[in-house]
Amino acid sequence: MPAFINGFKITIRHFFSKRVTMQYPEEKWTVPEGYRGAPYLVKDTENRVKCVSCQLCEFVCPPKAIRITPPGPEGLPGVGNVEKGPKEFEIDMLRCIFCGFCQEVCPEEAIFLMKTYSLNGQSRKEMVFNKEKLLALGGVHQDKIMKWKNK
Amino acid sequence: MSVTNTENKPAPSPVEMIKVKVDGREIEVPKMMPDWQGKLQPTTMLQACNSVGIDVPHYCYHPKLPVVGNCRMCIMEFGTPVIGPDRKPVLNTDGTPKIARSVLPYEPSTPRGAIACATPVSPGMEIYPNSPATKQMRESVLESLLINHPLDCPICDQAGECKLQEYALEYGKSTSRFAETKVHKPKQVDLGPRIVLDNERCVLCTRCIRFTKDIIGDDVLGITHRGGHNTIATFPGTPFDNNYTLNTVDICPVGALTSKDFRFQMRVWFLKEAKSICASCATGCNIVVGSRENKVLRYEPRENEAVNSYWMCDSGRLNYKWINREDRITRLGGSRLKGETAWSSVLSDIVGVLSKAASGSVAIVASARQTNEELFLLKKLAVKYGAITDSVPRSDKGDAILLSTDRNPNSTGATLIGIAAAPMGSNLPKIAEGIRVGQIKTMVVFGEDLTQHGIGSDLLGKLETLIVSDILRNQTTALAHYLLPGCAHVEKRGSFVNVKGRVQRFTQAIDSKGNSRPEWEFLSEWVSLLGAPPCGVGVVANIESLFNQMAQETPGFAGLTWAQIGDAGMIAQVHS
Repeated sequence: MPAFINGFKITIRHFFSKRVTMQYPEEKWTVPEGYRGAPYLVKDTENRVKCVSCQLCEFVCPPKAIRITPPGPEGLPGVGNVEKGPKEFEIDMLRCIFCGFCQEVCPEEAIFLMKTYSLNGQSRKEMVFNKEKLLALGGVHQDKIMKWKNK
Repeated sequence: MSVTNTENKPAPSPVEMIKVKVDGREIEVPKMMPDWQGKLQPTTMLQACNSVGIDVPHYCYHPKLPVVGNCRMCIMEFGTPVIGPDRKPVLNTDGTPKIARSVLPYEPSTPRGAIACATPVSPGMEIYPNSPATKQMRESVLESLLINHPLDCPICDQAGECKLQEYALEYGKSTSRFAETKVHKPKQVDLGPRIVLDNERCVLCTRCIRFTKDIIGDDVLGITHRGGHNTIATFPGTPFDNNYTLNTVDICPVGALTSKDFRFQMRVWFLKEAKSICASCATGCNIVVGSRENKVLRYEPRENEAVNSYWMCDSGRLNYKWINREDRITRLGGSRLKGETAWSSVLSDIVGVLSKAASGSVAIVASARQTNEELFLLKKLAVKYGAITDSVPRSDKGDAILLSTDRNPNSTGATLIGIAAAPMGSNLPKIAEGIRVGQIKTMVVFGEDLTQHGIGSDLLGKLETLIVSDILRNQTTALAHYLLPGCAHVEKRGSFVNVKGRVQRFTQAIDSKGNSRPEWEFLSEWVSLLGAPPCGVGVVANIESLFNQMAQETPGFAGLTWAQIGDAGMIAQVHS
């Protein structure tokens, strides 16, 4: 009987304390700073793709989720004085383990783990994000460094 | 065809040895060693260090180029024995010779290094390749080389195989002390049809200039401008366009000279490398095939002093694109095949058809682009069927450096094995005549488009059975009754005999495409179906046992084994 009363005290206390659960998915969780969500590509403030296709992220990626197609000798059309960029950049979000190695290894600060934590799709193919999609999701990185501005 | 062994080496003469100390270890080195041209010159500190396995960092030095000593990276501290007034070495109290370390004459506390690539060793000399002073001097040299170097590694094709990166790791500082503005030089300069130059990355080692001047004799490169603005350039109005330009990309220690063909194709650390042989001519340059995910991306020369030294020609190097072609023959085909068929049933069909062929009614045309092992198996078939055989000769303009006039990689092998007529190609008109008069009714063709070599479609159409194996489609494969998809040489193992009679083996770089198989594999199955397995009963045919069997049965290869050939190759017994 004393054990029952003690247990009930705890229950009552939690009943009146601040709620820790939330009504997901109607209510969304605000992720803390430094959270490692989905990796996306970013552009600089003058709308250039920051990635130069060095393939270090592809090399370092533990689950081999990243796949980059280098531009080849012809280069990319319509990129101005940008010497090198990825022809295609794919991340298989089903393979990605959100470790953040790609962001850490990137010498150009072109890939960042964003705050997206819920990725859904109706097929495996849909979950392979291509360059266009990654750039659209990544947006612009507010940074003064512009590698190609004065080249 | 008469082939002679031209690789006769003179007998070695006794060499005078001198004693030096490297890193505290007493060693004996020859007093004279061959220089880049093979002439005997006093042994240098660099050669002495290399002989005991100590790596000396360098940019401008190359064993096959004249020594200029302009990069200063191989600088090292050394000491020489002190000689007393009596012309005898001064001894320490413990009886060892006294060594005077090299110092600045006006500042005896400061060590003074010497460049290892151009400083000859002397008896009793002590070399300190890893001393703190040596390390400090190299750090300073590297810091100076990096002053104007751009931070291009993420976009530079050399990254991963760059000497500047490697030595920066060993001798570099993590930050630059250079506060002034960097000198900017021209980037993406078009030097010629196959070469792009990035002047900012250049460390002015002049390897490319020396290579094209002293090895090729096409003196078009030079340095223009002064001081920090030094740039590599071609003679005005003259493109850098000889057949050996891409070697400068290999010897460029940094990413200044890049190949237009390989530019931005793949980072080098992803490449899978396989030792192979160039199959574009009879010289048989040793190469390394770089591939990723079963796609060949580049050929690079592999050192072999007996064949190609460190070089190869551009035409051979770029002759790989056909391997990656989409329209390769990847499935069994031919007009007699109905629907999907397995290799085993096609081979037994072929054996069944050919068992009815009368002796003398069969002709076999093998290609001198095939390996020795495949030609050996075809020869076995030819003996079994009593067939007339030949190969197609292929010649074009050669040069005095590497390119041979004979454009078949294995003409010598085809001759040694006896599948080619003497001279090669002389049986082809006889075969054509045989088909015309109706004597030859069955033909086996490997890797050649006979319609280009005197046996036209009309003649091939008259045959009762035409068995063709090839890699790419042509007019002969279109007429085939049985079409067997074969492999490029980078997709299989085997051996070639080069124009000088050197047997060289090559390894597999990529997988075969689709349903195609290495020719030696299905040929040994074919031979086995005739009742006598090529390597003896109970032995599974593999390339080692095939080669060793061939060496036993073919006089030219007597005494050789697959294991013995090694990476550098061995001389076959070639008779005139």
